[in-house]
Amino acid sequence: MAKYTYPQSQDLQNFVNARYRTAWVWQLVFLSALLIAILSLSALLLNVADGAFGYVVYEFKKDPATVSETPLAELTQPQLLALLQENLSKGAYTKLDKESPMEKRSRDELYNLLIERVIQIKIEKTYNLFDSLLHADVIRAEVAEKYPDATLEFRSWLTPAFLTTPMSSKAEFAGVRTALLGSLWLVAIAVALALPVGVGAAIYLQEYARKSFINNIIQTNINNLAGVPSIVYGMLGLAIFVRAMEAFTSGAIFGVTDSNGRTVLSAGLTMGILVLPLVIINAQEAIKAVPDSIRQAAFGVGATRWQTVWHHVLPSAMPGILTGSILAMSRAVGETAPLIIVGASTFISIDPASPFSKFTALPIQVYQWTARAQAEFHNIAAAAILVLLALLLTLNATAIFLRNRLQKRF
Amino acid sequence: MQPETPQYAIETRDLSIFYGAFEAVKGVNLNIEKGKITAIIGPSGCGKSTLLRAFNRMNDFVPTSRVKGEILLHGVNLYGKEIDPVEVRRRLGMVFQKPNPFPKSIYENIAWGARINGFRGNMDELVEESLRGAALWDEVKDKLKQSAYALSGGQQQRLCIARTIAIQPEIILMDEPASALDPISTLRIEELMQELKKNYTILIVTHNMQQAARVSDYTAMMMLYEDTRSGTVIEFDKTDVIFTRPTDKRTEDYVTGRFG
Amino acid sequence: MQNTREQPLSPPSGFRPGDLRRKMRLSEDIIEATLFFVGFLTIFITISIVIVLGDQALLFFADPAVTVWEFISSTHWQPAIGEFGIWALVSSTLTTSAIAILVAVPLGLSAALYLSEYASPKARAILKPVLEVLAGIPTVVYGYFALLFVTPILQTIFGENIGVYNMLSAGLVMGIMILPLISSMSEDALSAVPRSLREAAYAMGATPFEASVQVVLPAALSGIGAAVIVGISRAVGETMIVAVASGATSKFTFNPLEAAETMTAHIARISGGDLSYNSVDYNSLFAIALMLFLVTLVLNLISQWVVSKFREQYE
Ligand SMILES: Nc1ncnc2c1ncn2[C@@H]1O[C@H](COP(=O)(O)OP(=O)(O)OP(=O)(O)O)[C@@H](O)[C@H]1O
Ligand SMILES: [Mg+2]
Repeated sequence: MAKYTYPQSQDLQNFVNARYRTAWVWQLVFLSALLIAILSLSALLLNVADGAFGYVVYEFKKDPATVSETPLAELTQPQLLALLQENLSKGAYTKLDKESPMEKRSRDELYNLLIERVIQIKIEKTYNLFDSLLHADVIRAEVAEKYPDATLEFRSWLTPAFLTTPMSSKAEFAGVRTALLGSLWLVAIAVALALPVGVGAAIYLQEYARKSFINNIIQTNINNLAGVPSIVYGMLGLAIFVRAMEAFTSGAIFGVTDSNGRTVLSAGLTMGILVLPLVIINAQEAIKAVPDSIRQAAFGVGATRWQTVWHHVLPSAMPGILTGSILAMSRAVGETAPLIIVGASTFISIDPASPFSKFTALPIQVYQWTARAQAEFHNIAAAAILVLLALLLTLNATAIFLRNRLQKRF
Repeated sequence: MQPETPQYAIETRDLSIFYGAFEAVKGVNLNIEKGKITAIIGPSGCGKSTLLRAFNRMNDFVPTSRVKGEILLHGVNLYGKEIDPVEVRRRLGMVFQKPNPFPKSIYENIAWGARINGFRGNMDELVEESLRGAALWDEVKDKLKQSAYALSGGQQQRLCIARTIAIQPEIILMDEPASALDPISTLRIEELMQELKKNYTILIVTHNMQQAARVSDYTAMMMLYEDTRSGTVIEFDKTDVIFTRPTDKRTEDYVTGRFG
Repeated sequence: MQNTREQPLSPPSGFRPGDLRRKMRLSEDIIEATLFFVGFLTIFITISIVIVLGDQALLFFADPAVTVWEFISSTHWQPAIGEFGIWALVSSTLTTSAIAILVAVPLGLSAALYLSEYASPKARAILKPVLEVLAGIPTVVYGYFALLFVTPILQTIFGENIGVYNMLSAGLVMGIMILPLISSMSEDALSAVPRSLREAAYAMGATPFEASVQVVLPAALSGIGAAVIVGISRAVGETMIVAVASGATSKFTFNPLEAAETMTAHIARISGGDLSYNSVDYNSLFAIALMLFLVTLVLNLISQWVVSKFREQYE
């Protein structure tokens, strides 16, 4: 064999160093992929924050001073009521009263009504957060020139009132109350369906199923269902829950009359089916992680299979199952497409009160407001995204907390 | 006749190897003679693999591992600050217990190592020579482009030896290279080792007493300290001395099967 | 011993010979049957999907205004004048998905390689959650991001050539959305490669980089392939990003700077409006959804098959 075909001594050192340099360069390349991911995430979050705060330029159609001598902000509930009665047309007032009795409405609600209907605020322009912070002078100059009568105000679109007021056709009065409640209903119904069915299926597959053709099919099928586009589940929900089972999902057989199949129940069931494969797969993982010695110990003292599962396997697997279910809930909170298909209402200002109510949901609001052309709707879309992300964060934090908490007991 | 001063391929000085706080191998002093086969024997868990893997710095990949003392190659400490483990491994080839060919063709299995090490020359020749060197050429010369996974376990192990000699190391480390093989394949590997001895220094870990007695020139006997559970070399000598008239009682018990 | 007669060990009082026989445990059987039924229910979901979509799709094709040939060959989709050529929708689905994959695969794979080969445990603990957060963001939020952040940037780059709605922005953002999926599946594939292969490479004098890119990566290739396939299926089925950012006009085009509606976005837009049940338009949505379902089903099956083969290879 030719002896010196490999680099030797100094040559070798240079050669190895060159290889290390290549590795180093590639390391930077690989790292840059992660930097892009971090940048994208930051850009996304900043973009949302950018939209949720900033300067607003608005004008009043009616000067507040002509409506009331005392500043509006200091008016009490009865005073506001009187002003509304005075300034609104009779028809408009009775209509509002029918929706919900005016006397019973809170001061803030009446105040908003007064601004919205009587003073009639008009948003001329909105600015995003970074513009507002960096170019405040330019903005002021521009506003002073173009809208001499307008007021310029720095505004957070995400306010406590944003959470508690229902939908409105005007961005500045709109809130996510109905959407938030709708989302909670949806998740509750989805979990009520998916959790028992999902855990049951997981127990069957992990603890009972022998290797057989049919069980193999069930497993493959579940893995596939996890990859079916969510919009297809929407079509399924539309055909089955909204139409075929309308009598049930509209509540007609329970005596509910003013509803069709496009209810929060239909949507919740659709969402339940959508997250079912996720719940099953997560529960399977949790059950798989329970050591076999626990089962053998239980069988060893004469327990039946179900006793073993119920008393030993499930309690040990519970933290994992719960965590998985909460992740499935996050998925249900964020899914949008199936809700569009199943028929979330485009405009609804009444709280969903039963499973047979019409509904809207947070991501639906985000979608609809984003799709609007006016900038102020993009601002409330951003505010709604913040609410949505906060909800998801809460869910995930709960999952982590529960996992740590429950794991300690074993 | 004046005895020739032996040339040492590699030496250890007070070598201790730790996993975290646990001292797996303690105070080993070995002088491995060049061009000879040295066997390392001892009961399970006494640190044979740990010691062997310290030679080519494979233990670097165990994050908790740490080395005290020195391993000297031509008088250079392999654990010195300026030493590059990649170069170390290029000079000390290793054959593992379970055959682990790359999921590539037979040809590529050999060519890959040569290529990354900057081989300049005729690759086809190198492949053929290495395969011949590992006594595998005749069996695979017609299927060089086939997957190495299609070979038998014994053939795979010889392929692993072939790819090791292709990078022309000075020393070949073998960790129970025949324990996963049938007696015929084992025999072929042993014959091969005798061949390789002409060009290489070989260090082999084995559980098989007969094998150690058959193939090796020197034998190092390792044993655990009762109290600390650390392994160490209790006796190191010519193989026939170890197997016929060991000085240590424990060695005698072990090699005659009366251990434990 | 005086009495050598063989005497069987006398059973404890109350033992009857039948006691050891297998017993009917009714409650156990009922439980097992219930659990099986629940597991079987999941198959019922798939069957329902096929029946529901297939049934309405058949109604669609039965309509005199529609021919199967037109559906699969024409490039015009204008239900208003009775034109149903799926290619007008498929072209934009392909374009946005292709862009997404071109973004997600190199980035996802690089991220996976970095995390599994270079990152210290500390760096991992920071980097991994970033990807998990990206994976957890609802797609409608990505839609917002595409329309209100990425598109304006693209407009400053391409100027007049690009509209408010365009496939490029949707595709790029979809790529970011899929990145975590590709990266985590690839990382799983890389870590499934047995240690012994890596050690073999090191023992030959390979640097860690050479070992991971030239030995581990090729060995994990089929697992990574499966990740890419799942990524494609995700991109094809993604709705909200394209619904928000890529426009609402069906148009046969592969130009990423143009606006065009994908299959999913079309379904979302039309069914979101007030559409009467059983009209041709309504039924056409089911035909599109059926195609989507079949395409993603095939992709998912292939990926599962590849993964199981991959696992088999290394036990
Ligand atoms: N990666 C590791 N981390 C921590 N401890 C380890 C590691 N590898 C080995 N050990 C410990 O070091 C000691 C020696 O192990 P080693 O594998 O070297 O023994 P061995 O002599 O090769 O045994 P065998 O004959 O069974 O292969 C054992 O106690 C083992 O538990
Ligand atoms: Mg060993």
